[in-house]
Amino acid sequence: MSADPSIPPTALSGEVSLPEKLADVEPVRSVRTPIRLDYDFIPGSASSGYLNAFADRKILGQRSPVDGAVFVPPRGVDPRHGAATPDYVELPDTGHVGGFCVTRLPIPGRDDLEIPYVSAWIHLDGADIGFLGLVAGIDTSEVRMGMRVRAVWKPDDELGRTAENILHWEPTGEPDIPVTAAGTNAWHAKQAAAGEQG
Amino acid sequence: MAERLRADLVLEYPFTRTTGPVIGAFLTGLREGIILGIRRPDGTVLCPPTEYDPESSEPLTDLVEVGQSGELMSWTWVDPPRSQSPWDQPHGLGLIRLDGADTPMVHGLLVDGPEGLSVGMRVTARWRPEREGHIADLEGFVPEGAD
Repeated sequence: MSADPSIPPTALSGEVSLPEKLADVEPVRSVRTPIRLDYDFIPGSASSGYLNAFADRKILGQRSPVDGAVFVPPRGVDPRHGAATPDYVELPDTGHVGGFCVTRLPIPGRDDLEIPYVSAWIHLDGADIGFLGLVAGIDTSEVRMGMRVRAVWKPDDELGRTAENILHWEPTGEPDIPVTAAGTNAWHAKQAAAGEQG
Repeated sequence: MAERLRADLVLEYPFTRTTGPVIGAFLTGLREGIILGIRRPDGTVLCPPTEYDPESSEPLTDLVEVGQSGELMSWTWVDPPRSQSPWDQPHGLGLIRLDGADTPMVHGLLVDGPEGLSVGMRVTARWRPEREGHIADLEGFVPEGAD
């Protein structure tokens, strides 16, 4: 055995001996290994309520019975406490960018996304966690944490029971909220404030 | 109660992997219509080839051509094949020890039914006419003398 792990193994350095027949042919250097999983997705009750509400241009979250934290999309439970969250909360279609990523490479199978595009954690007003959306209507270099956004919906006659009803999020033009109060920082600030009061 | 929702959801990753020189050579051989194994220090031949000796972990580098026919060591019958199988007809899957190799490789067995298969029978490679350097360049194995 090779004693020094920093020395590349011979088999990976390209020093192999080949039969004569392969001496002068172009070697294969890569191989396609696509993986595909076909799901039949059936949402549970919390997700169904969320998706059904989209048909009426409504965004629903659920409130934790433990401390009132609002989750969107709703999953039926507060995962921190294992507590059921039966109560829906209707949320506005405005919020802010809690974090974002500029993508400059195309994704196979998503030719509809023009690059570069911005995906972002959208923190709705009244929600305590973010959910994913696309940010458009602004140069990618102008997107920033704390930027106020509103949903751009499909036309009413194209609405379905799907989160795809929201085409993207666009800037409202309102002043940014401070980074210290944006995204997950908002939750930490809220917790700290609650601690001081308690 | 509202109508139950459902949706098709497809996760797809169009991976391309680099092969390295050993697996690359094996796939190059398939494209050229030959099957390669790799020789261990004790003279035995592994087919398909591996980059390392399975006992000593020493790198292996001596690629050699093996035969296109061999012995069926074990098999099972697949009916029906799943949607993403390389084969669209019921077929066997077998462990085939090719002449000149000491280990068996897995591949499809192209016969009409399981009664056409038996341990110890001789089988031979059937190639696709168009080959690109992929394990599917071998369409499968058929009883020796069938083609």
